[in-house]
Amino acid sequence: MPNLKDLKNRIASVKSTRKITKAMQMVAAAKLRRAQDAAEASRPYTERFNAVMAQLAASVGGSDTAPRLLSGTGNDQVHLLIVMTAERGLCGGFNSNISKLAKIHAQKLLAEGKTVKILTVGKKGRDSLKRDFGSYTVGHVDLSDVKRVGYINAQAIARDVLNRFDAGEFDVATLFFARFENVVTQHPTAQQIIPAKFEQAADADVTLYDYEPGEEEILADLLPRGVATAIFSALLENAASEQGARMSAMDNATRNAGDMIDKLTIQYNRSRQAVITNELIEIISGAEAL
Amino acid sequence: MANLQFDLVSPERRLASVTATEVRIPAVEGDMTAMANHVPTITTLRPGVLSVVHAGGVDDFVVSGGFAEINAESVSVLAEQALPKAEVTQEVYDKMVDDAKLALQHAQTNQNEEAGAVEDAAKLLADMVAIGGTIGLGVKN
Repeated sequence: MPNLKDLKNRIASVKSTRKITKAMQMVAAAKLRRAQDAAEASRPYTERFNAVMAQLAASVGGSDTAPRLLSGTGNDQVHLLIVMTAERGLCGGFNSNISKLAKIHAQKLLAEGKTVKILTVGKKGRDSLKRDFGSYTVGHVDLSDVKRVGYINAQAIARDVLNRFDAGEFDVATLFFARFENVVTQHPTAQQIIPAKFEQAADADVTLYDYEPGEEEILADLLPRGVATAIFSALLENAASEQGARMSAMDNATRNAGDMIDKLTIQYNRSRQAVITNELIEIISGAEAL
Repeated sequence: MANLQFDLVSPERRLASVTATEVRIPAVEGDMTAMANHVPTITTLRPGVLSVVHAGGVDDFVVSGGFAEINAESVSVLAEQALPKAEVTQEVYDKMVDDAKLALQHAQTNQNEEAGAVEDAAKLLADMVAIGGTIGLGVKN
């Protein structure tokens, strides 16, 4: 049985752990609000953009001269997986869920005899993919200095990806990130960005537009921006998911610490009572012996 | 006079959503003014100054990259970069010009890039300088 002093120390240490996790939870809650606001603010742009792109893609898509970003390179031998995770841990299953999805995807591609290349965004994903897929990694984007992801960050990643595409390094690019649903649920998602896929909304209005310059020029101008837009919204979704996951993980940790404190306190009180009883017995039996 | 709904959004925020009477757009093939009952048009933007005329006056925005979607009753401008004119200080403007200059240098040193890259970059720089003329900021040397 642990002695009283040990128990006391143990309780104190769990209490300070609880303080830390509580603080982390509150910080995550504040950051989550900001991340959600940012995601909210980007939505009008992304939605309009995708709607117009869907319309354009539908009208140009069939032709032979469609841009390669839309129609693809003609084969799908080399796949680039862009794995987006957090820079920090302590956020439950967030990072491991994303890298797990990416790993499954990579293994499937490898089994089909395809070539896989991996670009990691965020330190945690790189670390967890290093062991099994280290040799496939072609690059890493470090966002640890970035306090708030901006469109500039997405543009930089998009430029890197597009340069690789132009150099013929890959045929298909897929983004891996967690889509934010609510604080307790985040869905790890794979989204193909090159060749681009746009879903036409079912109720899309079929306005016939004049295009200035031509449809194909506009499409060629907008497709690279579409890659940046997709990456940007993935970054924002990821940021919100990360904070949400951290918030619920820390909430759990705080609760567990509380349970543990209760249990340890009961044990401490019992031990203390046992010590007192022992002392009394000693005193009484000492007195009787006289 | 008939009005139209004007929206200006960038990836990071919604900059404006007002009822306007006319919108002057720096389109890639020249400036154009959209008023109500315009033919539905989609056009890409060049870097420039976008002006919105509404009941409360005229608002100017510096925009670059993106496109405008014009309908009979609405104009939506999706700009990759957009700032209200008041937020474009000399400092911000200098940075935009410097970026354009860098892009031009980059295009000139990389001859192997696709044809027209140098011209595009030079045009970008010229557009940037023109913006300065319009909003009353000079290019530092």
